[in-house]
Amino acid sequence: MNAVTRPLAHLGHAVLSALASLGRVSRFAGATLQHLVRPPFYWREFLHACLQIGWLSLPVVGMTAIFTGGALALQIYAGGSRFNAESVVPQIVALGITRELGPVLGALMVAARVASSIAAEIGTMKVTEQIDALTTLSTNPMKYLTVPRVLAATLSMPLLVAVGDALGIFGGYLVGINRLGFSASTYMSNTTGFLEFWDVGSGMVKGAVFGFIVALMGCYFGMNSGRGAQGVGGATKSAVVSASVLILASNYILTELFFAA
Amino acid sequence: MIRITDLHKSFDANAVLRGVDLHVPRGESMVIIGGSGTGKSVLLKCVLGLVKPDAGSIEVDGQDVTKVKRDAFLARFGMLFQGGALFDSLSVWQNVAFRLLRGPAKLPKAQAREVAIEKLRRVGLRPEVADQFPAELSGGMQKRVGLARAIAAEPEIIFFDEPTTGLDPIMAGVINELIREIVVEMGATAMTITHDMSSVRAIADKVAMLHGGKIRWTGPVGEMDATSDPYVQQFIHGRATGPIEAVR
Repeated sequence: MNAVTRPLAHLGHAVLSALASLGRVSRFAGATLQHLVRPPFYWREFLHACLQIGWLSLPVVGMTAIFTGGALALQIYAGGSRFNAESVVPQIVALGITRELGPVLGALMVAARVASSIAAEIGTMKVTEQIDALTTLSTNPMKYLTVPRVLAATLSMPLLVAVGDALGIFGGYLVGINRLGFSASTYMSNTTGFLEFWDVGSGMVKGAVFGFIVALMGCYFGMNSGRGAQGVGGATKSAVVSASVLILASNYILTELFFAA
Repeated sequence: MIRITDLHKSFDANAVLRGVDLHVPRGESMVIIGGSGTGKSVLLKCVLGLVKPDAGSIEVDGQDVTKVKRDAFLARFGMLFQGGALFDSLSVWQNVAFRLLRGPAKLPKAQAREVAIEKLRRVGLRPEVADQFPAELSGGMQKRVGLARAIAAEPEIIFFDEPTTGLDPIMAGVINELIREIVVEMGATAMTITHDMSSVRAIADKVAMLHGGKIRWTGPVGEMDATSDPYVQQFIHGRATGPIEAVR
């Protein structure tokens, strides 16, 4: 192999490897959906996952949204003032938060918090033979571990996005009335009068897709974790990185679809 | 009851099992000995379907294990894992009663708890332990909880993977006695893998030695010491020199 063909071989190997990974993740997603519609369904695990993934993510998603809303108000004011459009701050903050920043930043925070913990938990279960133990106890690990987590994340994330939207707009509102001289009533009426149902709805749809991705990546890398502490650490890192990249990639695809519709 | 024929399993280039033949009759306690990394755990996992063999067959009561209904098949088994493999998120009694709380033969919660406490008592643990979590228990207690879970649904076949590893000699003796009692009382068929020769003598009816991916020797435990097989002799006496290489 010479200096010209070697990089090509590496590139080919990397592409094949990426396609193989994509295939494995797709099969895992397909198996998860199959198990979702076939009994038994573990309600206790599902409710526990809702608490862990949804309820306990509220503080981090809420804080992310409120600070982002505040910073967004300042940036839009700074940009808008260049062509005397400072008054659009409430509308652009609302649009930016509900359609884009609320779901994406919320999902990235949930990916950091949830994909990592799911991958570490399931990875540790694999390393300590708990997954094998589940199987020998006639319990399918996909049904018991993956389905409840993926469903809980898919259903919780839109609600987290809705709460994030409200808090993000509230962050912009606080900055708008305290720093930028907006009146409270004008800010609120401009926001509520401008927002359409689909602005919030499209963000919640994105949230559901992102929630599915976050839990799926956590479960996939946990189930395929290598041996020992290093294996679990690697699985955790891969889960967060792949969930984050897939969130950003799918965000663009979804935005294109919504834009075209 | 369990018949393994010409079983092969490789992991990449590492051929772990290279034609294992083994028969375990009903009600017999078979102990498999062999050095670390010789594939003892892989053999048990192949029977349970946790690892897919590359070639060969495994039959339980004359039925090919790859063609049986998985849930019903696994309901006949109990397994004690080397590290206990207790579920961290569940209390001790919920671990023990895991199978009893799920599936077609599901028991009401209160009844399952009673059975779990009875099984815990059976392995020498007090009822107070029932509401503790695995992380709060010592290694020996975790092993006993794992044993209680393995026998909770009164399986026909029980597998013990290194039941005494990591335990002090007294606790190892307690576990050995418990296993022997359970196997005799329940009339279960048992397969145990261990390096611990005192465990072999306490638990086994028959012994099989796995070496080089094959069953090197098999026979009643009473004949083990008298065998002329140099591999068995080196292993049971723990000699550093002999046909088994110390560096593997």
